[in-house]
Amino acid sequence: MSTEKQQEHLKRHVDETEDMQPDVGTGEMDEEFVEDLDTLLDEIDEILEEDSQEFVENYIQRGGQ
Amino acid sequence: MKRRIYGLETEFGIIWTPDVAHRKTLTVQNVVMYLFREIVAGRMYPDVFLENGARFYQDIGCHPEYATPECDDVAELVAHDKAGERIITRLASTAERRMRNDGFYGKISIFKNNLDTPGNTYGCHENYLMERHVDFRQLASQLIPFFVTRQVFAGAGKIKPSHRGYYAISQRAEHIREEISIGTTTARGIINTRDEPHADREKYRRLHVIVGDSNMSEFSTFLKVGTTGIILRMIEDNFIQQRFALRNPVKAIRDISDDVTCKHPIELQNGKRLSAVELQWQYLECAKRYLEQAESDPTTTQIMARWEYVLTCLESDPMQLDRELDWVIKWKWLQTYLSKRGFEWDAPQVKHLDLKYHNVRQEESLYYTLENRSEVERIVKNEQIRHAEHFPPERTRAKFRGKFIKKVNEGKILCGVNWSYIQLYEPYQILYLSTDPFKPEFDEASRTIYSI
Repeated sequence: MSTEKQQEHLKRHVDETEDMQPDVGTGEMDEEFVEDLDTLLDEIDEILEEDSQEFVENYIQRGGQ
Repeated sequence: MKRRIYGLETEFGIIWTPDVAHRKTLTVQNVVMYLFREIVAGRMYPDVFLENGARFYQDIGCHPEYATPECDDVAELVAHDKAGERIITRLASTAERRMRNDGFYGKISIFKNNLDTPGNTYGCHENYLMERHVDFRQLASQLIPFFVTRQVFAGAGKIKPSHRGYYAISQRAEHIREEISIGTTTARGIINTRDEPHADREKYRRLHVIVGDSNMSEFSTFLKVGTTGIILRMIEDNFIQQRFALRNPVKAIRDISDDVTCKHPIELQNGKRLSAVELQWQYLECAKRYLEQAESDPTTTQIMARWEYVLTCLESDPMQLDRELDWVIKWKWLQTYLSKRGFEWDAPQVKHLDLKYHNVRQEESLYYTLENRSEVERIVKNEQIRHAEHFPPERTRAKFRGKFIKKVNEGKILCGVNWSYIQLYEPYQILYLSTDPFKPEFDEASRTIYSI
């Protein structure tokens, strides 16, 4: 990572640190947030398409290091 | 030691799920053979170095393992660690195509975690090149309390049986049985004594760390390796004067892992009781004093800022780190998912999702679903990871190894390669050794290889 990029990243990070107040959003933003969350949860449903019980039970490895 | 060589080795978990219609099963061994077929081309063993200087091989217990090339910068290491995930993902797609040609229809899942369902473990090992002069017992005594407590930001999180409180910080904590040991498959220690520097033994030792979890979060990897590097500098310079010795480190590592509030007090040998976060603050304060008088660099400044930010958040509410730390990101999204979908913590869907957090194949992964929707903090850019898939680090010995591998692969020249040597067989009959991992070129070897 270049020095400039690192500093830009760090600055963003420090800004976030200073600004830790929770967002007090408008009604519109809340709606948008709920919609986003629903889409994300749907995407999560998709990655769990197999039979969960079977998948988890079958996940057996030999011990490694 | 201001400039240091860092490396990460990751053992991946792997499983094959046949399509419902076909139901032809394959053993893990067979799947791993398919995975390696593309890159081992005619070799006896699945063990190769790649053009980016990394090593990819089959390790104990049939785990494919990716060892990054030598990096001298922690952010660069993060990119190379992620490059390993991308490489194994590509190999899995190719392997699936070959398998279909052979009549096996299904999907390979690859997990970067440390536990299977019954509780077998496999590791992520960190490697740090260190100055040889440091007394090992002193090194161990100053590192043990650090390794016991750093899981509060380096842990990958796991679901545990409901009677024990649903969720724990670390995957590896329960598998650590000793304070110091040489074992990596049984009686694993907080400090592992393996010492193969792949460099001048008079000057260097290699600290091989097996106590940590595998991380998906770039932020967790960056902080885990970065803070450890700073602690090692202080130990090499004999700067740490406080005594943090714990009364029972093996018990403490489990107790800390079991407490998601990060407030559990652990007992020191001097009778004091401190939480993991309080102990980490002591190390951080010590590092600040150290860096007032020692040379710093932009990466170190970043590590320090993030370390302080993380401890500040952990002190008030760990959930504030739900974009940064693996164990918190996963915890937040497991909780959100189960509450929105009406599952209990012990539902198979929740365990399934825990596993899927660690899937390195992006379309199948909870972590990457979140990353693609900008729900997690990054350390490197995708372009840096793509670069690291094909090109070695510029400032270490890996640079020449990578160029060498590219050349011999193109020319189909037989060779032997390891971390510290390269060998050309007939008709060249040459062996080159490099005992200085900070030196990017093997002078004589460069001349020969470019003349081929």
